[in-house]
Amino acid sequence: MSSAPLSPFAARHIGLSEADQERMLAELGCRDLESFVSEVVPPTILLDPITASRQLPEGCCEALALAELQEIASANLGRRSLIGLGYAGTATPAVLQRHIFENPAWYTAYTPYQAEIAQGRLEALLNFQTLISELTGLPIANASLLDEGTAAAEAMALSFGACKLPEARRFLVDADVLPQTLAVLQTRAEPLGLEVVTLDPSTLLTAPEELEGAFGLLLQLPGASGRLIDPAALIASARAAGLIVTAAVDPLAQVLLAPVGALGVDIAVGSSQRFGVPMGGGGPHAAFFATTPAHKRQIPGRLVGQSLDAEGRPALRLALQTREQHIRRDKATSNICTAQVLLAVMAGFYAVHHGPEGLTAMARRILRLREALRLGLAAIGLPARSENGFDTLSIDTPRASELADRAEEAGFNLRRQPAVLGISLDELSDADELDRLLVALADPGTRVPEARALLAQLDQELTGAGAQLAPEAWLWRDRPDAAAIPLREGRWLSQEAFHRYRSETDLMRYIQQLVSRDFSLVHGMIPLGSCTMKLNAAAELQPVSWPAFAQLHPFAPAGQLRGYSRLVTDLEQWLAVITGFAGVSLQPNAGSQGEYAGLLVIRAYHGSRGEAHRNVCLIPTSAHGTNPASAVMAGLHVVPVTCDEQGNIDLVDLEAKASQHADRLAALMVTYPSTHGVFEPAIREICELVHRHGGQVYLDGANLNAQVGLCQPGRYGADVCHLNLHKTFCIPHGGGGPGVGPIAVAAHLIPFLPGHPLADCGGEQAIGPVSAAPWGSASILPISWMYIRMMGGAGLRQASAVALLAANWIAERLEPHFPVLYRGAGGRVAHECILDLRPLKRSCGLEVDDLAKRLMDYGFHAPTVSWPVAGTVMVEPTESESLPELQRFCEAMAAIRAEAAAIENGAVDPADNPLKRAPHTLAAVTGDHWDRSYSRQQAAFPSGEQQYSRKIWPAVARIDNAYGDRHLVCTCPSVEELAVTPAA
Amino acid sequence: MALSFPDDCRYADSHEYVRADADTWRLGISAFAVDQLGDIVFVELPELGSNLSRGESFGSVESVKAVEDLIAPVSGTVVARNEAVLASPEELQNDPYGEGWLLQIKPSDPAELEGLLDATSYGAKVDGH
Repeated sequence: MSSAPLSPFAARHIGLSEADQERMLAELGCRDLESFVSEVVPPTILLDPITASRQLPEGCCEALALAELQEIASANLGRRSLIGLGYAGTATPAVLQRHIFENPAWYTAYTPYQAEIAQGRLEALLNFQTLISELTGLPIANASLLDEGTAAAEAMALSFGACKLPEARRFLVDADVLPQTLAVLQTRAEPLGLEVVTLDPSTLLTAPEELEGAFGLLLQLPGASGRLIDPAALIASARAAGLIVTAAVDPLAQVLLAPVGALGVDIAVGSSQRFGVPMGGGGPHAAFFATTPAHKRQIPGRLVGQSLDAEGRPALRLALQTREQHIRRDKATSNICTAQVLLAVMAGFYAVHHGPEGLTAMARRILRLREALRLGLAAIGLPARSENGFDTLSIDTPRASELADRAEEAGFNLRRQPAVLGISLDELSDADELDRLLVALADPGTRVPEARALLAQLDQELTGAGAQLAPEAWLWRDRPDAAAIPLREGRWLSQEAFHRYRSETDLMRYIQQLVSRDFSLVHGMIPLGSCTMKLNAAAELQPVSWPAFAQLHPFAPAGQLRGYSRLVTDLEQWLAVITGFAGVSLQPNAGSQGEYAGLLVIRAYHGSRGEAHRNVCLIPTSAHGTNPASAVMAGLHVVPVTCDEQGNIDLVDLEAKASQHADRLAALMVTYPSTHGVFEPAIREICELVHRHGGQVYLDGANLNAQVGLCQPGRYGADVCHLNLHKTFCIPHGGGGPGVGPIAVAAHLIPFLPGHPLADCGGEQAIGPVSAAPWGSASILPISWMYIRMMGGAGLRQASAVALLAANWIAERLEPHFPVLYRGAGGRVAHECILDLRPLKRSCGLEVDDLAKRLMDYGFHAPTVSWPVAGTVMVEPTESESLPELQRFCEAMAAIRAEAAAIENGAVDPADNPLKRAPHTLAAVTGDHWDRSYSRQQAAFPSGEQQYSRKIWPAVARIDNAYGDRHLVCTCPSVEELAVTPAA
Repeated sequence: MALSFPDDCRYADSHEYVRADADTWRLGISAFAVDQLGDIVFVELPELGSNLSRGESFGSVESVKAVEDLIAPVSGTVVARNEAVLASPEELQNDPYGEGWLLQIKPSDPAELEGLLDATSYGAKVDGH
């Protein structure tokens, strides 16, 4: 279709051979791919191949792209960072690196909506939730959030909603909070009309009037400076005044400390990064959020809970989903749509690997080293603040900058502040490191004590009265000058998973046992509409593990981050070209964050023109639930716009609403191609109409996989667009995160791109940061860089065209079995199609879930179920699947239709049939007892012998969602609980 | 499956019913609403003594797949709430007009009842959905 030849990589990324494409085109009655594309994409927006490829690299092979990226990576300097601020060095156990982090069975899976084929990662997430619950002492922990900053912002939002005090709009924040957390809180608070007030929390005890008008308090424990206080009195006084209290905690410090839940906080947040996930220049990492049962219906994000399956056995699935934005839309308190599943799984397994004893030993080791460093610093004339702490020391000295320079020459990054030097130790620290650090900091001629001697001195104190004390007991309780800090007491993390896998053999097998319960792209096609489950090529993933990307602290000196800087510049430039925009921010670390950032940019733009009153956001009723939820978070008022019978935006209604609200119109949020999987021909008119009424056009780029190289949002009239790098640009879904949701903007919006307090990024009138790290999830950006570099402009355009071809071929194949609900002007769908199952509900009582579960028996993951239209499924094959796989899927769908016909014509019982009783487990079909109206063979091998060699067994039978939501259980049972549970 | 709409109730467009057979009236949601929601897992109701005003939200019903606001079909003061439904929301599903009632209220403007649909009109309205 284009003059430029495809790169060797593009030919492998695209699953359909040229011969297969020709065959499919012939079946669709099309001459060639280019003429097919012109039937799908409206001529008013279609780009020619030459324009599409201009300014993008030519594609190349894996080896060349890897070599080029290696060179970029080598511009990063991997110094030892002791900066702290929520990012710590950690040793990822190799068994986790190899069997989880680099294992496509984990990273190519989707969010576990189809729970029967996701029991493995659901169990891993339950372990994570259990870990967080045990660390924080709060019974309800979610399956992770994007980062600590946004988790704190979610805590603020929950506190505001839950606090009963009238007129309370102030959120009190510990002045020793992480600076990036404070900035994210301020970004979030402003559009909601909330005020963030920083203070030294101890003033609350002496000046209780500070509590007036406040709805919440956030304490950082320990603080960014390293200071550790006993927060019990503060928590009690704030709660007595009716405030909701949040603690932002360090999970490794919590190992030694009394759980904040036991001290009375309502919410705990933090980052689990130091549990085995590299700093990666800022992310991705799994943040956590835990709370009391009182707030379980307000907890943001995903929550894994236990229920029962149809055979009465315990089974896991996502619980209380009605909390989420896809249900509550503009009434949602958060737009959170994803988690950081892969990283939460890593953190959970890190605790499985070490167990409570290992974690305790590690935390104590760090605490001893801190004390030794404190003694050493005092000996060389650099006394640290005499405060309790866990891993961090602050040294007040006018020579901070000079000392930090000296440390840097010796290979250490320390935290630089005016007249304060900060040093944070971590799991990787040891006596040798302290020696090198002390030597680097000591003035010439100063006698530097040896770290081993200092440790010995400390150990002598610990053994003082003949009794061996734990370091925390001595330093935080028993030492004469200690200001008592409440300590953790008694057994914790007693659940079986954290004790059973101490040998690597056992751990490896446990990990693989969980893998065997899950369906991912390694097993077959995952035709989820709107999710773009395309290939995540090995060459794209490889660089993520390179230490030059993995080991960097996000706040390392800019001179050490030049490789990242080049990577970001390349990627920003390429994404700008692809979208037809002028500027890009890579900071948003999820699609929902991109929406939120884009709307804040629009809001700031209106404000800069003296039009801050523009606060109406038009959103079609077909929009994804995150759109209205994000708009509300950006302080906008949502006005819905209806859709016509073809699923397109109703232009009459749009015109009416836009003119009705013209004085206050801020934006239209529009998804393109529409969520109904159609290229609306009127998109240019739609954009013009909104501009005419003074609004900006926000384009939801969830469906960009249909557009790359074929049309550009920036050229057909949008002002800002987010991109899901985890869909279109090959970052794997990770079983439900990480994602990356950059925004691309037109020139007039560049000045407002998000900034960051600790890095040079964003526009001249930047909005505040929306993520904790300046470049969001920096360590996975190489994936998208590799994809674009290897595909090249021609390959990217070809991929989009083939994605359209595959979807249209499926639509035609399946139309005789299931009506295709929406088609575009030329009778074509875009890159996905909606199949209508509602007639089957009427004719034989078939629910979409029945089809989704039955597809498991056929060896498939279901398409998207009941979204965007209830009672339908949405199929998106992507460009990466081969023709035999597309055929296999269509055959399974046709066979299921035939099974439904058997119910319709009365041949089988409406309740006792393979659809209603799907999915079928190995245990069920091999059991001695079989009382069903159909054969075991039909149950388990509905496609016959061809399935024998590739059978996927659902781990559990159909799960009862209602039971689990009525009886919420979201942590593993403890050993004590197991002991009292009668055997089943 | 035919849904039942008892004649002794009046219905709101938003699918709540009122049974006005005594000084205090019972409020609940119709069999149609229950059918649309699916498996109900949580019910949120106002405290005793709270005031309902017609057309405004007074609570919510959650199923595994949806959450719907409860809209007051008439105004009044809450004199009883069905604690059994709060404890086991499935009661609502099994018997929406009997054991699954939600609130008992003392109406503040009994004439508001006239603004609601009778069983036949309501049944005709939801038929075909």
